[in-house]
Amino acid sequence: MRPATILRLALLGLLLALVLRPHAFVWMFKPFAPERGSAIYDRTSLLSLAMNHLVLVAVASLAATVIAVALAIFVTRPAGEAFRPLSRTITNIGQSFPPVAVLALAVPALGFGARPTLVALFLYGLLPIFENALTALSTLPPRTMEAARGMGLNRWQRLIQVELPLAAPVILAGVRVSVMIALGTATIGSTVAARTLGEPIIAGLLTNNTAFVLQGGLIVGLFAVLIYDAFVQIENRLLDRRRPAPRKAA
Amino acid sequence: MIEIDQITKTYGEINAVDAVSMLIETGTITVVVGTSGSGKTTLLRMINRLVEPTSGGVRINGEPTDAIAPYLLRRRIGYAIQGHGLFPHQTVARNIAAVPRLLDWPADRINARVDELLTLFGMDPDEFRDRFPQELSGGQQQRVGVARALASRPDLLLMDEPFGALDPIIRARAQDDLREIQRKLGSTIVLVTHDMDEAIRLGDRVGVMDGGKLVQYGPPEEIVERPANGFVANMVGDAERPMRLLSLIPVRDLTEEGAAEGSTVPETASLRDALSACLWTGRDAVPVERDGAPIGRVTLAAIRHRVGQHP
Ligand SMILES: Nc1ncnc2c1ncn2[C@@H]1O[C@H](COP(=O)(O)OP(=O)(O)O)[C@@H](O)[C@H]1O
Ligand SMILES: [Mg+2]
Repeated sequence: MRPATILRLALLGLLLALVLRPHAFVWMFKPFAPERGSAIYDRTSLLSLAMNHLVLVAVASLAATVIAVALAIFVTRPAGEAFRPLSRTITNIGQSFPPVAVLALAVPALGFGARPTLVALFLYGLLPIFENALTALSTLPPRTMEAARGMGLNRWQRLIQVELPLAAPVILAGVRVSVMIALGTATIGSTVAARTLGEPIIAGLLTNNTAFVLQGGLIVGLFAVLIYDAFVQIENRLLDRRRPAPRKAA
Repeated sequence: MIEIDQITKTYGEINAVDAVSMLIETGTITVVVGTSGSGKTTLLRMINRLVEPTSGGVRINGEPTDAIAPYLLRRRIGYAIQGHGLFPHQTVARNIAAVPRLLDWPADRINARVDELLTLFGMDPDEFRDRFPQELSGGQQQRVGVARALASRPDLLLMDEPFGALDPIIRARAQDDLREIQRKLGSTIVLVTHDMDEAIRLGDRVGVMDGGKLVQYGPPEEIVERPANGFVANMVGDAERPMRLLSLIPVRDLTEEGAAEGSTVPETASLRDALSACLWTGRDAVPVERDGAPIGRVTLAAIRHRVGQHP
C-alpha cells in the first residue's frame, strides 16, 4: 500500500471513531475540559449531527452547482452574452456578504433551523463554481470547438458531448472550493438552531469548554481533509489521460 | 460535382471572398492556395456553412447547401483542420467514430469502420484504438483528424491547412498518404493551403486566391506554365518554375525510340527524376522502362526543349 493510502485510511478511521465512539477519547479531551465539566459532548449524538451537517452541505452545494453551472452555460451562449457582467456582479455580491449577516437576514424570512443555513451555504457556494465554470467554458480549445461544429454536432450535442466534459475538471475544482467553504460555514448554522457540527463548538464557547470546541472542530476538519482529497482524486482521474503520457519505448 | 456560384462574404467594408465561382469535379482534389488573409478559410467555411455567404451560393450534386439545416449539411461533409482539433477527452476510436455516431450507425459497423480507417492510415488498430490524442505524435494526430473527417464516407472532404503544423518530412509523407487514400476511396477533396508546393503536389486543379478573388483556376501545369498575373507568377516562384514544371510531367510524355546506357527510370517517373538521373551520372539520355521492360529513352535535349516551350 502506498503511504498516501495508509494516511487516508488512518484519517478515516480516526474520524469514524470520533463520531461513533466519542467516549473512547476522554483521555484526549479531558485536559481541555473545565474541572467538573464533561470532556465529551453527548447532548446529541455526534453521528446524527455529522450526518445532518453533511446533508446540509451536500444539498446546498448541489443546488449551488446546478444554478452556477446553468448560469455559466447561459452567459457563454450568444443569447446570454449580454448578461455576463451582471451575473459576475451578482455572484460577487453574494460572496462579499458575511455569512452571519446572511443568516441574520434570512431568519426573519425563513425562521430558525436548517432553512436559513441552506440559503447562506447556497449563496456562498455560487461564486467559486460560477467563476470556474465561466472560465472553463470560455477558454475551451478553439480548434476542438471548430471541429465539433464543423462535423455537425448541434448546440446541445456540443454542450453535452464536448464543452461540459472538457470543462468538468475545472468546474469540479470550483465545486471543491465551494464544498470546503460550506463545510466550515455550516458550523455557524448552529447559531440559528440548525443541527450541525457547530453545536458542540457553540456549546463549548458558551460554557468555556475547550474540549467541546476541539471535538467539533476536529471532526469538521477531518471531513474537510478527506472530502478535499476525494475531489482532488476525481479531478486527477478526469485529467490523467488527457495529459501526454510518457512515451512507450519503441 | 460542387458548384460554387459567385460567392461573396463581406466583413464590414472588405470582401473577404469576392465573387468566387468554381466547378469542382467529383473524385478530384482541388487545392486553393493564397497568402495569409486572401480569403481561403472563409471560402472553405462557406461550403459547409460555418460561414454564411453574403451573396452567392453553393450546390453539391445539384442540391443547394442552404436547402437543409447547417448541422445536417455538415454531417455529410468531412472537415479537417490544422492542428487536428481532436477531442482530448475521447479515445482515438471515439474521435474517429464521432460522425458515424451522430448518424446512428450500428456499433459493429462503427467499430469496423474505425479499424478500417486506422489500418488505411498505417496505424495498428489494436495499438491505437484506445489511446488518447495526447498519447500520439503530431503526425499521428493529424492522420486521426483526417480519418475522423473521412469516417462517414462524406460526399466531400474540406481540409484547412491540414498539414500546416507538421514538419517538412512528415508533411510530405502525409501528402502522399492523402493522395493515395483519395485515389483509393475516390473522395472529392477541397484543400486550402498557403504552400504552393503542396498545391502543385496534391491538386488535380489549383485555385489561386489574392485579396478575396480567385485570380487563376486550372490544372497545376497551367498555373506553373502560364501564370495569369504577376501575383501567381510570384507565388510559383520564377527560379523554381522549370523544376516545378518538370515534376508535373511524366517521363512517358517525352519517351522516344532508341537506346541509352545505364540505369533506367520508370515511365511514370517525372521528367524531374529523369533530368536528375542524367545530371548525376553525366549521361545525355536515360533508358525508360515499363513494368521492367525497356520501351525507349528520354534525352536531355528533349527535356530542355520541353522546358523552353512554355509560353
Ligand atoms: N469573422 C471575421 N470577422 C471579420 N473579418 C474576418 C473574419 N474572418 C475573416 N476575416 C477577414 O477576412 C479576410 C480573409 O480571412 P481568411 O479567410 O481567414 O484568410 P486566409 O484563410 O486566406 O488566411 C482577412 O482579412 C480576415 O481578417
Ligand atoms: Mg486560413
